[in-house]
Amino acid sequence: MSRLYTQDHEWIDVAAKESGAEATVGITDYAQGQLGDVVFVDLPDAGRAVTKGGEAAVVESVKAASDVYAPVSGTVTESNPALADDPSLVNSAPEADGWFFKLTLSDASELDGLMDKAAYDAFVASL
Amino acid sequence: MADDADLKTLPLDALHRRLGARMVSFAGYAMPIQFDGIIAEHLWTREHAGLFDVSHMGQLLVEGEGAAEWLESLAPGDFKALQPHRVRYSLLLADNGGIRDDLMVTNTGKGFYLVVNGATKHGDIAHMQARLPAGITLHHMEDHALLALQGPEAVTVMSRFDLTPESADQPAFADLKFMAGARWLWNGIKLGITRSGYTGEDGYEISVPSEHAEALAEALLAHSEVQPIGLGARDSLRLEAGLPLYGHDLDPETTPVEADLSFAISKRRKTEGGFPGAERVLDQLFNGAARKRVGLSVEGRMPAREGATVWVGAEQVGVLTSGGFAPSLNVPIAMAYVATGCAADGTALEIEVRGKRIAATVVPMPFKQKNYVREGDKK
Repeated sequence: MSRLYTQDHEWIDVAAKESGAEATVGITDYAQGQLGDVVFVDLPDAGRAVTKGGEAAVVESVKAASDVYAPVSGTVTESNPALADDPSLVNSAPEADGWFFKLTLSDASELDGLMDKAAYDAFVASL
Repeated sequence: MADDADLKTLPLDALHRRLGARMVSFAGYAMPIQFDGIIAEHLWTREHAGLFDVSHMGQLLVEGEGAAEWLESLAPGDFKALQPHRVRYSLLLADNGGIRDDLMVTNTGKGFYLVVNGATKHGDIAHMQARLPAGITLHHMEDHALLALQGPEAVTVMSRFDLTPESADQPAFADLKFMAGARWLWNGIKLGITRSGYTGEDGYEISVPSEHAEALAEALLAHSEVQPIGLGARDSLRLEAGLPLYGHDLDPETTPVEADLSFAISKRRKTEGGFPGAERVLDQLFNGAARKRVGLSVEGRMPAREGATVWVGAEQVGVLTSGGFAPSLNVPIAMAYVATGCAADGTALEIEVRGKRIAATVVPMPFKQKNYVREGDKK
């Protein structure tokens, strides 16, 4: 299992770097800090096809709605049911219990452009 | 967001940054959007006392013979009958009756003290200067900051300050009632204080010379009841209180009747008219307007935002002008302009958000009952 990051502040855990593998997607601690108090997350339904860089979910803070993009292309298999009852999990545990959705990868080569933790931390530090 | 280099700073800029504020661009200024978090700040203000920096707003003084009559040519208030030290909410109207700005007007005894919105102040001043008759002066108090202390414990905190009436004709601070104001001396510093605000809570707005703003803010924050509050919670607090935000819920195309602000047209002005757009506004007042600002309670948990459309079946009947999550009520709420036929309390409507329809119901505002301490109330 390895965790990769996007410049849009999503993370993705991939079980294996191969097409058809399952992955879990969420937003980073930096992202939740920028959003502030999360009050609702509009998650994709299972079966929905998402495209790398395309809109996959919407996270609503008190102040505004923000798009969350798919780090890679694939088909959604499950969204996090816990976020419906407690959207603040995105603030308290963004990189654990506050995950957004799971998907099966359609093109594992799309992972190549993503950052590892060291590269993402350096990216955040540069902002 | 504007380039940071273009942003002007306000007198409390350094204090906000020291307190850990997240700063954003607002009305051309760098301003704090939040400190601890919008929900925590919102709830703190409802329970205790929140300190807001609203120094971006325009503070104006109108003085001279005939000042009340002149203001009545710009706004539909009864300023001739406004007693010294009393405050009124009013509306600066365009010639077509549209709302140029909303403002607070205080009779200082020598003239009128106006507080107008930050984003509109330069336009307001130009509009007023162009209509200024001889003998009346308009002064922009650019050397003053404006702080707001809001919440049920604001009165307790202010009662600990040693405030001396600036002159014999000014009331004692302990006698200051809701929608009243005057001037006091604090450590030799002149403060203009009104008991008013924009949160639905009891509280004060305090005008202070810029060079003393930080000392006053620090003195207020030294009390355990007081926490600094950002613009984010200011917006959620005013929305729960049903108070419109200029540039969102009010604009130059919207009249006071459509905005459900007819209370700001004083009784005498309803009969006499004589304010900009009076013919149109009074026609709407007596015969009805085609649309009206209403409050909506939104079903479920998903907030609906400004710009979302409002529907009855296949017919669009309105649009949201404010919307978000109400921290004190723990539900989404919104303000919308809807066709008058759909404006009655209890009307079932639908809001379209990202292609989905959400059920909503017209409800009376405020969403959250106001906690004002009015004249005659037990102290």
